Amino acid sequence: MPIALEIISPEKLLLAREVDMVVLPGTEGDLGVLPGHAKLVTSLRGGLVDIYENNQVTDRFFVSGGFAEITESRCAVLADDITRQAELDPALAASLLDEAKVAYAAVDVADHAAYLAASDRLIAAQAMVDSITPAQADRL
Amino acid sequence: MPSLKTLRNRINSVKSTQKITSAMKMVAAAKLRRAQAQAEASRPYAFRMGEMLAALAASERVNPNANPLLVGRAQVRTHLLVAVTADRGLAGAFNSNIAKYVRQQVKALEAQGKQVKLFTLGRKGNDALRRDMGGKIVGTKNFVGRKSIAFTDAEEVAQEIVRGFQDGEYDQVTLVYNHFHSVMTQRVTEQGLIPASASPVNDNETEHNYEVEPDDGTLLDRLLPRNLAVQIYAALLENNAGFYASQMTAMDSATRNAGEMIKKLTLNYNRARQANITKELIEIISGAEAV
Repeated sequence: MPIALEIISPEKLLLAREVDMVVLPGTEGDLGVLPGHAKLVTSLRGGLVDIYENNQVTDRFFVSGGFAEITESRCAVLADDITRQAELDPALAASLLDEAKVAYAAVDVADHAAYLAASDRLIAAQAMVDSITPAQADRL
Repeated sequence: MPSLKTLRNRINSVKSTQKITSAMKMVAAAKLRRAQAQAEASRPYAFRMGEMLAALAASERVNPNANPLLVGRAQVRTHLLVAVTADRGLAGAFNSNIAKYVRQQVKALEAQGKQVKLFTLGRKGNDALRRDMGGKIVGTKNFVGRKSIAFTDAEEVAQEIVRGFQDGEYDQVTLVYNHFHSVMTQRVTEQGLIPASASPVNDNETEHNYEVEPDDGTLLDRLLPRNLAVQIYAALLENNAGFYASQMTAMDSATRNAGEMIKKLTLNYNRARQANITKELIEIISGAEAV
């Protein structure tokens, strides 16, 4: 029994199809979603969404954050910003990471919301750099 | 009686106006299709987000420490109206309808003893409201020269609004925009942003039965500003589609009016021409008879 996966960005519905399993980067840790999963709402951190079909990863998407709503038969991923893993740009990732590091260093620790935003951004940028395979980096 | 030359000139100028309006109509029609497609594409996200929020909001309503973005402040002293208009005109009453509605609302709210502040999205609204309510405008943004509206634009606006709310500049936020009902009708619509108007869940469950990670409060802290951005984005897209629809209708009737005008002027022109010929003939004939 497959699970209906929807990956949605604010601009459009990116993907809607039935898959065997999805692995999501939740804020509290990665979670694998199989059909019949308990109803769950979670926020996502920056990382890779892996789609499994026939015990193989058939698609990988990088999300910079967002939310996921999971029911027994459905998994909706509401992504802030989404890129196919194969289309990640190493140079862009590196520059984003540098920017995020600068912003993180400059942020006022007392300002809770700003601090959270900066750390989220840093985590997402680091995850983006980590998501790039060595082969992709070499092609540059 | 205008001379033949002035009539000819007028006919020509109306003809060139008609050419412009009919070209604008076609451009608006093409852009309308794109704007509609963009609005359509953004709906799944907004729909799912609304669903999620509605599920979480049900249980949070009774929480005394609930996020003020969700439940609002107990005392509403200052009201912020976010007026969404287009950046360009020539679209019938599209922009002035919003300005009119905002003025009415401001009056009504002030009669209730509340302070009102305005945030204008789009150049035309700002132009219209600046004259008599310039002091109330706390923020403005427009997208002049931009091909399409990106989500990040809406996000920036949402961040600004949330910041103002958290600094206590206002206690309630309402969005006023033109809802794209159909190509012929756009309705001025009011939508509550803060407190968030989570549409009630369709099923009869008031308590949500979701597991929540990390926890309700933290998730809502992230979800609510995001939801605000989504609603603003949706309104901007509706506004965009509505604008082109309205422009299309306006330009269509302008083209038709120009056609009628040309018909009338041509009739006058021909009458004048014939009258001239008749007059000349009479002069020639009476001249010949006199000899």
